[in-house]
This record gives sequence, structure tokens and C-alpha cells, in this order.
Amino acid sequence: MNDPATRTHEVGLDGPLSDALVGTRRFFTQATVSDDKRMLLREGGRTGDAFYRDRWSHDKVVRSTHGVNCTGSCSWKVYVKDGIITWEAQQTDYPTAGADRPDYEPRGCPRGAAFSWYTYSPTRVRYPYVRGVLLEMYREARARLGDPVDAWREITSDPEKARRYKSARGKGGLVRATWDEAAELVAAAYVSTIKEWGPDRVAGFSPIPAMSMVSHASGSRFTELIGGAMLSFYDWYADLPVASPQIWGDQTDVPESGDWWDAAYLMMWGSNVPVTRTPDAHWMTEARYRGQKVIAIAPDYADNVKFADEWLAIAPGTDAAMAMAMGHVVLKEFFADKQVDFFNGYCRQYTDLPFLIELEAHSEEPGDESVSGGTVTYRPGKFLTAADLGGDLAKSESAEFRTVVLDSRTGELVCPNGSLADRFGPEGAGKWNLDLGDVVPALSVLDTRDDTVLVDFPRFDESLPTIASRGVPVRRVGDRLVTTVLDLMFAHYGVARADLPGSYATGYDDVSAPYTPAWQETITAVPAEAVARIAREFAQNAVDTGGRSMIIVGAGANHWFHSDTIYRAMFMLTTITGCQGRNGGGWAHYVGQEKARPVTGWSHIAMALDWVRPPRQGIQTAYWYVHTDQYRYDHYQADEVAGPTGTGRFTGMSTIDTLAKSARMGWMPSFPSLNRNPLEICAEAEAAGESVPDYVVSRLKSGDLRFAVEDPDAPENFPRVLAMWRANLLGSSAKGEEYFLKHLLGTDNAVSATETPEHLRPRDVVWRDEAPEGKLDLLLTLDFRMTSSTILSDVVLPAATWYEKHDINTTDMHPFIHSFNPAINPPWQTKTDWDTFQVIAEKFSALGAKHLGVRKDLVVAPLLHDTAEAMANPHGIVRDWKAGECEPIPGKTMPKLVVVERDYGAIYDKMVSLGPLLDKLGTTTKGVTYDVKREIERLGHLNGVMRGGVKSGRPSIKTSVQAAQAIMSLSGTTNGHLAVQGFKTLEARTGHVMHDLAAEHEGKEINFADIQAAPVPVITSPEWSGSETGGRRYSPFTINVERLKPWHTLTGRQHFYLDHDWMLEMGEALPIYRPPLDMKKLFGERGLGTIDELGVTVRYLTPHNKWSIHSEYQDNLFMLSLARGGQAIWMSDKDAAKVGIKDNDWIEAVNRNGVVAARAIVSHRMPEGTVYMHHAQDRLIDVPRTETNGRRGGIHNSLTRILVKPSHLIGGYAQLAFAFNYLGPTGNQRDEVTVIRRRTEKVEY
Amino acid sequence: MRIMAQMAMVMNLDKCIGCHTCSVTCKQAWTNRTGMEYVWFNNVETRPGLGYPRTYEDQDTWQGGWELNKKGRLTLKAGGRWKKLATIFSNPKLPSLDDYYEPWTYDYANLTNAPAQDVFPVARPMSLISGKPMNIRWSANWDDNLGGSQEVAIKDPMLKGIEDKVKFEFEQTFMFYLPRICEHCLNPSCAASCPSGAIYKREEDGIVLVDQDRCRGWRMCVSGCPYKKVYFNHKTGKAEKCTFCYPRIEVGIPTVCAETCVGRLRYIGLMLYDADKVLDAASVEDDQALYEAQCDVFLDPNDPAVAREAELAGIPLDWIEAAKKSPVRRLIQDYKVALPLHPEYRTMPMVWYIPPLSPVVDVVKETGHDAESKDNLFAAIETLRIPVEYLANLFTAGDVATVSNVLKKLAAMRSFMRDINLGEDPDEEIARAVGMDGESMYEMFRLLAIAKYDERY
Repeated sequence: MNDPATRTHEVGLDGPLSDALVGTRRFFTQATVSDDKRMLLREGGRTGDAFYRDRWSHDKVVRSTHGVNCTGSCSWKVYVKDGIITWEAQQTDYPTAGADRPDYEPRGCPRGAAFSWYTYSPTRVRYPYVRGVLLEMYREARARLGDPVDAWREITSDPEKARRYKSARGKGGLVRATWDEAAELVAAAYVSTIKEWGPDRVAGFSPIPAMSMVSHASGSRFTELIGGAMLSFYDWYADLPVASPQIWGDQTDVPESGDWWDAAYLMMWGSNVPVTRTPDAHWMTEARYRGQKVIAIAPDYADNVKFADEWLAIAPGTDAAMAMAMGHVVLKEFFADKQVDFFNGYCRQYTDLPFLIELEAHSEEPGDESVSGGTVTYRPGKFLTAADLGGDLAKSESAEFRTVVLDSRTGELVCPNGSLADRFGPEGAGKWNLDLGDVVPALSVLDTRDDTVLVDFPRFDESLPTIASRGVPVRRVGDRLVTTVLDLMFAHYGVARADLPGSYATGYDDVSAPYTPAWQETITAVPAEAVARIAREFAQNAVDTGGRSMIIVGAGANHWFHSDTIYRAMFMLTTITGCQGRNGGGWAHYVGQEKARPVTGWSHIAMALDWVRPPRQGIQTAYWYVHTDQYRYDHYQADEVAGPTGTGRFTGMSTIDTLAKSARMGWMPSFPSLNRNPLEICAEAEAAGESVPDYVVSRLKSGDLRFAVEDPDAPENFPRVLAMWRANLLGSSAKGEEYFLKHLLGTDNAVSATETPEHLRPRDVVWRDEAPEGKLDLLLTLDFRMTSSTILSDVVLPAATWYEKHDINTTDMHPFIHSFNPAINPPWQTKTDWDTFQVIAEKFSALGAKHLGVRKDLVVAPLLHDTAEAMANPHGIVRDWKAGECEPIPGKTMPKLVVVERDYGAIYDKMVSLGPLLDKLGTTTKGVTYDVKREIERLGHLNGVMRGGVKSGRPSIKTSVQAAQAIMSLSGTTNGHLAVQGFKTLEARTGHVMHDLAAEHEGKEINFADIQAAPVPVITSPEWSGSETGGRRYSPFTINVERLKPWHTLTGRQHFYLDHDWMLEMGEALPIYRPPLDMKKLFGERGLGTIDELGVTVRYLTPHNKWSIHSEYQDNLFMLSLARGGQAIWMSDKDAAKVGIKDNDWIEAVNRNGVVAARAIVSHRMPEGTVYMHHAQDRLIDVPRTETNGRRGGIHNSLTRILVKPSHLIGGYAQLAFAFNYLGPTGNQRDEVTVIRRRTEKVEY
Repeated sequence: MRIMAQMAMVMNLDKCIGCHTCSVTCKQAWTNRTGMEYVWFNNVETRPGLGYPRTYEDQDTWQGGWELNKKGRLTLKAGGRWKKLATIFSNPKLPSLDDYYEPWTYDYANLTNAPAQDVFPVARPMSLISGKPMNIRWSANWDDNLGGSQEVAIKDPMLKGIEDKVKFEFEQTFMFYLPRICEHCLNPSCAASCPSGAIYKREEDGIVLVDQDRCRGWRMCVSGCPYKKVYFNHKTGKAEKCTFCYPRIEVGIPTVCAETCVGRLRYIGLMLYDADKVLDAASVEDDQALYEAQCDVFLDPNDPAVAREAELAGIPLDWIEAAKKSPVRRLIQDYKVALPLHPEYRTMPMVWYIPPLSPVVDVVKETGHDAESKDNLFAAIETLRIPVEYLANLFTAGDVATVSNVLKKLAAMRSFMRDINLGEDPDEEIARAVGMDGESMYEMFRLLAIAKYDERY
């Protein structure tokens, strides 16, 4: 085509004059002009370009990363020139994943790439700051009284003085203070609070240790040493998938992103991988080329949809409806219509599907009989246990926790190994395993049934909960009727078999019957045929690949009130198809999940377990629900969210009543714990000559002493001091932000909600007519940049950035541990968190010695998961001592009451040295205890030992490198000796060989210097459920599946069924669809879709932001320049048109919780009826005053509030038992609605 | 024959996640300084969308690049050199700051220094040009992810002629990302536009640079470049542009944008070409023939005659070896899955793109079909959400068949590999159906999917 011979036109430049002109360049420059005169070429002597060479030159490159709340864990090169940090770029030196799969390099994202901007930016906090009005009063009082603690006491106890500085919070007026003065003020606040109110009135908040473990441990260690409570974060962020402890007895354990490559079928469900897992996304894009089929399930055309083969545009919050329908298809086609050996074998051995459930006859009220056609209906009850069987089995160890199957080979009832009963006692040694021997558990009793009965199943898909009654085959065991979990599943999912009676679905097109594909279409708006086909493909792929079907899930599905039911409905799909515990298969939950791989080292140092046990660990959602008085704005009672098959357990109780119950029964922790100073309680008991537990139990029974949560608005029950570091509560996670401002801080707010009407108020909790405002005396924040939290803080301390400190970093997204290193020293007056808390501790110790001395402290501690305390409540039967249902017995029917000693003059010494409890008690993680004497000795050699006081002879952890070294030395993931030791300990319990998993690395001890050189792969350790042995990609539960190690659950298997009283009450014994909360019904908000003079009412979602990691980077100039430059709300063109909103118009979003003033981004990629305000856009950047109240517009969480789901408060029973960040109520925020309207173009600031 | 070597890049848009890391690392390294606030040597556009600067592809307005004059000779679209000289003081085809965006910062210090007042302090946006408070109305990436689509994306110049194929409705939504750097063209119109002779092409690697000493700030290069990848530094008064990170390339490390690309979609490599054939190729009449014409300019370093000629031309041996192994060459020449951006500008651009696949379109409303199924392999290409016509407007001057062929190769590769993934024998027929054999399909899979560091660069 370019043959000159066939060309019809002449070739050349535009004309002879041009030719001449260009040609003359030959004479005027030293360059070469091409023969055709198009081009100037030049070689050598390019002095004109020296600028770029200079620009590129640099003095050194330092390895570091970003300890922000993200799971990237990317190693970076930080470039330094002339002592100035210039820019950063990703490291590419991760060890390879092998020749036939992609590698990890480069890991990073635009947020991280923009980080160095902060170092010298005008938002940098360079000096300590204190609110002027407070500092002035403090200086005056201190000078007058001569003592910092007395000064603090006076200011905070004088209502007028306290109001003055509290009402000034957030409104400018910060002034510089010296480090000495600021630290002394802070220490005085701590000492004064402990003295007057008690150490459990102090709290600390810093999330996600994995991102920077030493920095996290700094304030945490200090808080725990003085007796304060560390607040959980995973549940508070609503990132904790409560379904995980419910199903697996595990906090969260997921595949690394490199394992996506192994999946042959991948559903991305409510997880926007390119945005929220930027450095990992390539594994997904690349795995497609390997023939992986990819499905995206998202309400909008999200970033990840681009990579999918199919997009299911699901209505927000209806994910469980789709998952249930997929489950219906899988049950029908792979379990009812035919039998698949692969699935059946897996389900028998690794799930609770064959376990027997007792059915309870439903005592029918008059009139009900006609409904059930004259027959008695039953309801699913409790797991049948050995205790129910009589004979020798009933006498076996912990028989009430020994669950039962029917052996299809012999027809006998059998208690297979591996239930909770085998886990802790002497009889279970060597038997806690999933070895079935010759037993073949029957998955169904359909063919061997003694009878068929109608069983009631709740359904929530209609405006009011209703009941579906379906025939279930049963066997008789004595006078009990039992059936298998799988038989219940068939009935519950509406999958008809044989001639079973009841309201089963007539086919996939049965619109009226849950949970058919056609039924889900009416809810999700996704075509029934597509859902059925994809379910079929997913399961068939599992058959074809041995379980390599995977579901990536995230915040889009997990941040709902009923997220646990959504997740359980999804994980039914991955579990029943044998995909859990496989490389390339199973659940892959990516939101807020983190993995402090050396978890044992981190937890023992951060919680100061080397000096004092147990630690105070709180559930943050409940903490703020109570202390920001959000409970005072509830307009519904707990039974509103109960199921139709319940027995009215929640009747008359408000949500805070369920919380109080949970606290006093020892299920969940609660702080402050009791309504008196625990130091004083100990002193009183001593004075009375009683043991502290006896003293407390008797006073609780008499009512002289109460749980603080039962009267939260009494001044003695306020939280008094909150320290935040690596956190921005008030610009990010504060669900119900405006309630925080009002009740916790006592400053300007936008709450317009009305209080709970009298008839709906708490039953067991005191209601005070006057709601307190400004409960908190001191808000302390450490940060390197200004945030919504720093502007509201009383004291702001200048922190070093991630490029100015040593620390360690891991994630679950890759297998490496790597380091932070200072590219420069902390500039101006900044300090690392590790050093800052030492400064505070030093001041504290001096004041503490004087005002507090050595004291006894009473820790009120909940019943813990992975301990025998999880067997406190057989069958999950609720017994409330306060209701007279049992005696209050500490550690059984109520919390443990543990007395510990605190030497308040020695806090600093303990901060900087490793304490002797490690030698004495070792370390414990997930029920495995390690002897670490060898490690302590080694750390003494490595770090040196301290001299003087209580720290004498103890290994030093004074520097952050020493602390990092200690963390790594105390974990099996970074110390092969401990990994092998831990597996051997576990072997004694399971009777199966496991230590070979770590044997290859027994002598490997990863030191800080190693990870300064390059990222280092970690060692397979019993701290986690998957194996990385031999360089294998990590996938959770592979050890359970391959080494027959039980899950940490009641049956030891993966649970579809949960039989706790409260789960039954909620109607959530099995996976189920529950719609988003109806905010019109619950709170009187406008109905979705309403258009009136106030605007259009829409669902209000707050997904993660492309331009920030939570609130970090959203103020970064690079990110703002690449986005819209300030707060924005995405909405569909259709909704915008309804109320005359155009792209970039100023809009106002208002509901009862608060007001947001932002810009609109209008796009057709958004679904009608839903808006997105991307998460954590601080109120600091280009936010005008609102039209609604003339105050500064709010943050995304100004429109949300805390809604506690009672079933998340369950504790003391098998896998439903508390562990920090393992179980607790979620701070969900997706069910909210808002009104949006256009506002005037001209705005005021 | 005059053999020359050219550094080139291929970006696999099918892997681009639109994260903009490349933009940030490039800006941090190169343009994070006064006079360059608005400049992004590397930017990423959401398509459909207007790009940066706005509507730069609308050459009816901007008159960038080359065209054939009545005689069929190649001429700068903005007019020949005489016209350039005549309008040197009032260049009419220059994007204004509005077309880029008015860069800004914020009054961040107010957050710390605000006196006690009646409201929470805030950092207001302040123009980096005027220093005054401003209203933000456009940014470097305003229409990211289809933001403001009804007012913005709808004006995408590439929709011209295919308006009936693209509906801006929820059910029909599609988007993809287009990262862009300087094209380091074989026939650069920026250089030809420069009255000062300041823009030159490096003899050894073809990188196009502005000589900072010679540049007189006439800005004719800005107009002349149809990709608008030459920028005016308003502090120094000189033109600046992407340098292909030559200080890095010279020491054997990839460009910043490529090395920091977490999507792992950028490939860098050497291309050998016959400089004597460039003018011919750039002058073929039919716009849609320009792609093949440019391919014809490239030389095959595995051809012993070419290698010998290259040696004689003074190209070092390791460069010839590099050209043989060049991943860019494999994607462009061997597999023919990479395409040039806007060949119709006739600049012979050297940053090429693999077009993106996308979900099938009818799943939202209808039952949908399985794009993975072998039976649907090629039918599915026609039902992808991104209209092939749109991609053709970007990469082949509207030639739909060429783009379709690339997409079919990608789809066929997935299907071919699925059998291997499932432990079955691969079906050679699938490869043959798209003009490849199993071995080359597997090799292409490795290059696109496994894509190790030393195979990408």
C-alpha cells in the first residue's frame, strides 16, 4: 500500500520554501537535519538538557512505606537530595513468586506516590499546640496551685471553666506550647483522671497495627500500663465480617492477592479492587488472561466492572437476596438433582452440614393452628450434643459441647473428633482433629427418616417478617426430633425434594418463593437467568478445578447493618462447593482486614502483656454508641430487628439494654466497667476485709454497685481522656460525627434528631432527663497533618511522618515483612509516636508516683474466645443473673474480676523494657502458648538490658528498632524456632503432624537489618490458618483442610448453623436475606425517592475514595488536583435532574443526623436512587458554611449514626466469644438515607 | 535504507486500572515546580471524556499534526512554516489555561493558625496563578470515571460520527482509561513547528527533546503537537515536555511512569526502523492505511540483513540484541495487538496501545451470554460495552476490523488458556482462528500476564 510505484501523489514536505528553510538549519545549528528535512537530529553535547539530569540526581534512596490505614504494605524508595525528601517511587525488589506467575512488583498507588508532599506542606503540624483558652487557664491554675494534677482537677471540675474550653473546641485558637508544658498537661490529665474517676475512664485509639506496629504499640502500651482501655477498630469500622467468627471462629483470614491468580472463577462482589486494592489489582487483570472468568457485582459502573466479563448491577444492600438465590441453584442442581462426590466428601468432613439439630415444637397460640393446617410446626433448635444422648457419651468431658452426627454406614449416632469438647480438657489431647476414621456422616436423613414435620423458617423479604413452613425429614432420638443442618438448608432455601410438604418453590421462576432466581430479581433487579447461570458456572468450576472458585468481597457488601447475613449467604456458596481451604478458592474479604503477621510479638508488646494481664480492650462501636449518647436518639426497640420465629426475648428492651445485658453477663467488655473507680473498689474491699471479687459480686447483687453502662450519663461514668495517634476519628470513622461533637466534645454540631419518645426508652438503663454535653475532659491527638480531629483536639502533638521513623509493616495481601526507615530525622519539633509516649510516660511517672503510688486495680474482663471460657454457656442458652436466672459467678455467668497491681511511678521504666511475665507465662495466641525464655535471653543480647528500677536486667525496647526487633523475635512468623515450637504444641492437641510446615525455617530469625535490605517472606506459623511452606501462595484454612485441624468453632467445622438463643431470636440461625433497614419506619425519615421542597431523598452510601486512604491524602494537593478539589457527592443524572442539580453545583445533604455541604458530581454511571459520598473527606478542604445552620459543613459520617445489632453482642459461647477486634458490634453505616438539594452558587466560608 | 533505533512504549489498556500513579510519580519527579503547576507530562484520561487539555483531539479546532496538502505533500495542519513565522507573535491555536486547568493550592495554614472564632476553620482554594481565592471548575482530571458525563464526556471529539452507538445511559455505561505521555514520534510535528530549531530527536534512541538553551518560547510546538504533549513553562518562558526519562533510560532503568505502573501494563523497548521510509509512510493517502504503513517502516532485527545493516550504521550490538528481545516489538510486529494512538495525525507516534476488552453489554437487562464460552468467543466481541467504533476512532482512524482483530486475539488467548488452566489440552484451533499458533499464543500470554520486570523493559 505504500509502494512508491502505486502512489498517486508526490511525497515531501509542504513546499520548496519550507525545504529551504529547514535545510538552512544545517548551517546554523550543530544538529543533523534528516535527508527528507522533516527532522532535526542531534547527538552529544546536549547542554540544553542538563537541567533534567540535575533534576534526576539525588544523594540517597531510603526504604520506607506508609503506615496509613491500608493493606497495601508497599515498599517504597524515598529519594533524598541535599537533606530534603524529593519524591518517592516503588521498590521492585520483592522476592519472586516463581517463573510461571506474575511477581509482586511494583506495589504502590497514587496516594502513596504523593505522600512526600506532606513533609514540607503547610498542613504539617510542626510544634505542640494547645487550645489557647485551656492553656491559659492551666498556666494560671498551675502557677497558683503549684501542681499540674491539681490544676487539671480544678479546671475540669469547675463547670464554667470546663464549658469554656470545651465549647471552644474546633473553633481555632490553637497556640504553641513547649513539649515540656504540653506533655506535663497531658500527664496531669491522665493522673488526675485515674485518681478521681479511675483508669478505665481513659481510652486510647489507634487502628490497624499491621501498617506500623511499633507506632501503634507506642500509645497502646502506655494506655494499657496505666490501666486505660484500648478501643477496637475492626468492628468499629464495620470492616470486621462478623460472619467470619460466626462461621469459622476466626477474625478474618484471606488469600493473598497472589492467590487470585490460582482462581479459575472470580466474583468481585461489593469490592472495587482497582481502587481499594490498587497494588494488588494486577493479579486480577492478569489472571483473566489465564482463562479466569470474572464477574463484577456492583450497583454502579465501578472501576472494577471494566475488567469483568459480566456486570450484575445489583440494587444496593440486596446482595444476600442474590446470594440466597445462587445458593438455591447450587443446592438444587448439585445436591438435590444429583450427587457430587467432591462436594459431599468436603461437606461431611469440613462443615456442620451433617450435624444434628434438635427441632423444638412450636407452642402455638390459638388461631395459629389453621395457618399451619392443623399440624404442629417445629422450629430449628440447638445442636444435639453428647449430653443429650445419655450413657457414657453424656459423661464424657465437656459433653455439652460434643456435637453429634449420624453415621450413614452404621445408622449409629456418633460424636466425631474435633468439637469444642476436645479442645481444652485432658481427655481431648490428641483428639482435637477432623479425622472421621471410618465414620461417614449422613448429610441428610431424607432416606432414613422416621417422620416428616413442618418447620418454620423466618423470611424478611416482605414489609413485615413472616414465616414459611416447609417439610423436613426427621429422625427420633429418644423423645427428640432431630435433623441435619443440610436438611434444614434445603427447606430454608426452598429447594423441594421428594414429596416433602410445605411451601417449597415450584421452580426457578417462582416469584413468590424465597429464594428462587425469579424471587431475587424482584429485589435485586438482576435477571433471574443470569443469576442462575452464574451460580451454576461457579459451582461447576469448583467441580472442574477442585475448588478454585473465589468470591472477593468488601465494604460494598460488608458495611450494612445486616452484613453478617449478607456474608453468610455468600460464604454458603464458597463453603458448600468445597472452595474454602484451597489455593484459588473461597472467600477473599478485603476491607479493613489486616494482618500483623508477627501478631504474637505485636500483641504482647502493644498490650503490655509482659508487665500486666489482662489488658483492658473495648469494643469501640458500643463505646461511642453509649458515650456520644446516640442511644438517646433511638426510635425503635431491639425487638424491631428480631425475627418472626423468636420467642420475644427482646421485648421491652432497647438496644442499650441488650448492650448492658451483654456486659453484665461477661459477653462483651464495657468501659468504664463499674460505676466507681476500680482503684477505690479494691481499696474498699481491702478495708472491708473481703476479696475483691466477693466484694464486687455481693455489691452488684445488692445494687450498691452497678455496671457503668447501666447509667451512662452519670458523670462518674463518662469517658474522660481520649488519646488518638495514627487516627482521625472525627474526620473519618466517627459514625454519628455530630453526636460526638455535641455530647462527647460539647461544641457546635448539626444534630436535629429528636430524642427517644418515652415509651421506647431503655428498660434497664437509667434515662437522665438532661443529656450531658462535653463529657470528655481531654482529647489528645498526635499527627503530622491537620485533620478534623486535630482541630477539635485540646492538645495536638507534632508527629514524625512515615519517612522519618523506624517501624515494621505487613499485610495479608502479600507474604513479606518489610521496614520503615527515616529518610530524614523528624524535622522541626516533631517526634515519632514511640518517642512521644515515652515523653508522656516520663512526666506521668513523676506525677503518678506523687499522686497515685502503687495501687490495686480491678479489671472486669469478658469471657474470651480460644479459651475454656468459651464453654461458659452450654447450648448458647442465655442466663442473666440480674434477672434471677442464675447466680453471678465471675468468669461464668458474668465477667472475670481480676485484680492487678499498678505501680504508677514506674510506667516509664515499664514502657522501655520487656517485662518478666513473658518469662513466667510465655506468650499466647489463638489458644497456643509459647515458651519464650530463649527469645528473652536473645533479646537481651541483641538489644541490651536496662539498668535501674523495675526494668533492671530486662531487655531494652527503648528505641523503635529495638521494639521492632522484639516484635519479630516473639512471633513464629518471623522466628522459626517459635513456629516449630507452636506447631509441636498444637500437634499434642490434634494428634496430627504439623511442625514440618515450619521445619524448613526452624533456624531462621528475621532481624530488623534483614528487612531493611529487602522485603522478607514470613514463616508458616500456627498464628495463622494457611501455609506458605515451600513458597506457596497463602490461602486461609489450608492447614485446617490439609492437616485436619479443626476450626475454632463449636463443632470444629465450618458453621452454616448458629444455635445461640439470640441468633434464633434474630431469625438468623441459617444464612438469610434481610433487607436494608427502613429509615422511614425506624426514624421517620422521608421515603426513598420522595421529591419535595427539601430535595430528593436517596440512599446514602460512603464507599472508599479513589483519591485517599480514609482521610489521609484527601487533603493532598496532588490528589485534589486530580479530582474535584474538595468534598463531592456522586449522583445519577436522573436524580440530579429531579431537583435541578448540575455537575459541580453546590449541594446540601441533610438528614436528622447532620448536614453536608459539598459539590455534586453528576454521572450516568451512578444508579438512580443512590448517591455516593466517598469516605472520609475531612471538613477542612473547601467546605463552606451550610445554608441549614450557618456552621461548617460536616464529613461523610455527619449523616450517619451508630446502629448496634444485638446479635453482634453475643459472647461466652463457642466461636461466639469475645476477642479484641474479633467480635463485637459493627459501626455499620450503609442503611442511611439523606435528602439532597441544590444550594446557592455563592457560598460563605 | 537508513536504520535508526527508537525507544518506544506499549501500554496495555486492558490492564489499566486508572489509578494515576504514573501521573503522580512523573509529576513528583519532573514537573513539581513553579511555572509547571498545571503540567502533567504523563496524564490519564477517562474515555469517553475530553482529555487534557480539553478536546485536544479536535484538530479542526487545534490544527495539530500533519495533513496532506492538495499536492499530496505532507504539511503541518496549522500551516506551513511561512505561516508560522507570520503568526509567531500571536499564535491563535494555543490552548488557554482554561483548557488545561487553573492550578490551585489551599490556605492550609489557616487550619493551624486560625484565631479563636465562631466556626471550624477551613482551607479555601487559592489560585496558583493569581494568588486569590477561587472557585474550582476544572482540574487535571475533572471527568475522571465519567464525572459530569452528561456535560463533559458527551462532547468527546471521538464520538463524532458514532453518536448512535454511544448512549449516556446507566444501562449502556462503559469507560476505560487512556494514559498518555509524549509519543516521541518518528515524524514529530512539534519539532517541525519550532522556528528556533530547539526541538530535536536524539540520534541514538529517537527521544524527542526541547533544548532548553535554544528554546525561545514561541510555543509553536504546543500548537503543532496534536497530542498537546509539549507544555509552556510560564516561569522560564520555555517549552518542556516528557523526556522519556532519558537520564534513567541512559543508565538502563525504565521511565518513571513505566516502573511505577502498578497495573504492570507498560512495556518499553527498542524498535529499529528505516528512517528513509518515514516520509513515504506518513504520506499515504488513506488515513486507515497509516497503521500498516507505519508497521512497514519498522525493520525486523531478527533478519540477518537488517542486523548487518544496523551494525554498519553504528548501532551497538547490545542495542541490536535489545531490539530482538524488545517486548514492544513483539507486541507491535509479531502479535500485532498494539496499535498507534491517532495514526491519522501522521506523526508516526511511538507510544502504542493494546485496546481494552470490556463486559458484554446486555447482562444488565437481558439474560446475557457467556463471553468465556468458546461458541461465543467472537460474537461476544461485537457485544462488548465499549463500541469497537470508538476504539477505532482512537487507534486506527476508524478502521473497525483491525481493532476487532486485536480484541479477538485477546479473547482467544483467554479461551485457549482456560483449557490449560483446567488441566486440559489446549485447542490449537482457537489460536489458528485468529491467525496465530498455539505456541505464539502461549508466549503472548506470558508476555501480557506474567510480565516479569525484565520482560516488560
